[in-house]
Amino acid sequence: MNTQNPDNPGTSRRGLLKCMAWAGTGMVWTVAGGIPRGLGLGEAFAASAADGFTFVQISDSHIGFNKEANPDTNGTFQAALDRITKLPKQPAMVLHTGDVSHLSKPEEFDTAAQILKAVKQDIHYVPGEHDVIGDDGKEFFQRFEPKLKTGGWYSFDQGGVHFVGMVNVLTFETAKAGGFGAEQLEWLEKDLKGRSASTPIVLFTHVPMWPIYPQWGWGTEDAPQALSYLKRFGSVTVLNGHIHQIVQKVEGNVSYQTAMSTAFPQPTAGQGPAPGPMKVPAEKLRSVLGIREIDIVPMKAAAVTDVTLA
Amino acid sequence: MTGLMTRQRLAAAAAVSIMLGAGTAIAEQPQPAAPQQVAATNEAEISIQSFQFVPAILTIKPGTAVTWVNRDEEPHNVVSPDRVFRSKAIDGGEKFTAVFDKPGTYNYICAVHPHMHGKIIVE
Repeated sequence: MNTQNPDNPGTSRRGLLKCMAWAGTGMVWTVAGGIPRGLGLGEAFAASAADGFTFVQISDSHIGFNKEANPDTNGTFQAALDRITKLPKQPAMVLHTGDVSHLSKPEEFDTAAQILKAVKQDIHYVPGEHDVIGDDGKEFFQRFEPKLKTGGWYSFDQGGVHFVGMVNVLTFETAKAGGFGAEQLEWLEKDLKGRSASTPIVLFTHVPMWPIYPQWGWGTEDAPQALSYLKRFGSVTVLNGHIHQIVQKVEGNVSYQTAMSTAFPQPTAGQGPAPGPMKVPAEKLRSVLGIREIDIVPMKAAAVTDVTLA
Repeated sequence: MTGLMTRQRLAAAAAVSIMLGAGTAIAEQPQPAAPQQVAATNEAEISIQSFQFVPAILTIKPGTAVTWVNRDEEPHNVVSPDRVFRSKAIDGGEKFTAVFDKPGTYNYICAVHPHMHGKIIVE
């Protein structure tokens, strides 16, 4: 981990990298110079075909949850993993952006690990706040990222992309929201230092890095400092979960993408008294759960495709 | 802020916490209770409902056992900033009890939803 592979040595990258995202609504955006413009779906998929590097994000499996909003979170998690194994183009690896479990119970983690055996690819994890209740993530890290110390963060290079996995759920008691903390931010600065600005960066974490709705803790207090280190890169994609719905934002070269859950939806920001499991008609449930496929096309784009379980 | 509980009482509260964590949830149905500001006996209840502690401020006598009852579907926990007390996850329908022996003011939050605040005054 944290290897220092140069990004495609010998390749001279000119101009801006483009970043595309398909939000599941049939819209595709390409961003050049900070100005998004629409693209036809055909063009997007043509661009993401062939030699590109593909990986998958899954999030918020909440294994252990069994109430009305979804009495069978094991089943929907299995369905999500089934989607991965049936993708026409097999992903190189999988990211799980947290809330693997619902209550941080050892037996929930064990069940999740058992179900996750369906995935043959490497899976990289960051914890959600539901994974660190009462023990700061000890059980979670022992099982899912045993090479790290409890609460640890990491980076790695794959497919010409620099991946950064960060933890923003251990500051809730002091920050009243997501936060990275000084030590992690210092590490990020060092980790990115000296890397070519043309290296595509994918940062994955649990809580959104922009203030979607701070009243519900939907934001990361010290994210601006992290972004100050990321700004100089031509293509930055931030993948997170936590709010169980697709929300996107593009700011300069940074594309923020929050993913669906595999367990249950949550209300839109500010709708109702509090965040939490939202009941939808049983026949609708799988249309609001899903996985996310990300295609990285060298010299061209990061294309984000959200796929529901319906 | 130290000396919240006697050693024995602390051990008892920790045992409850471990029980909850191991999934042997207390089976009895939570009784609907009117929120109260001052506990007259040595037992008191705080309801967790709609992401709020009810009552948010509870005044008790030393030696009172305070039980948090989660009536939401979402799990919560209770933790004081200095971690004088900290529960594991309290799922919907579950409870957590801690005994407060020493006078003082104890702020706490839910670490899963840090916008949830509560306070216990022991006097």
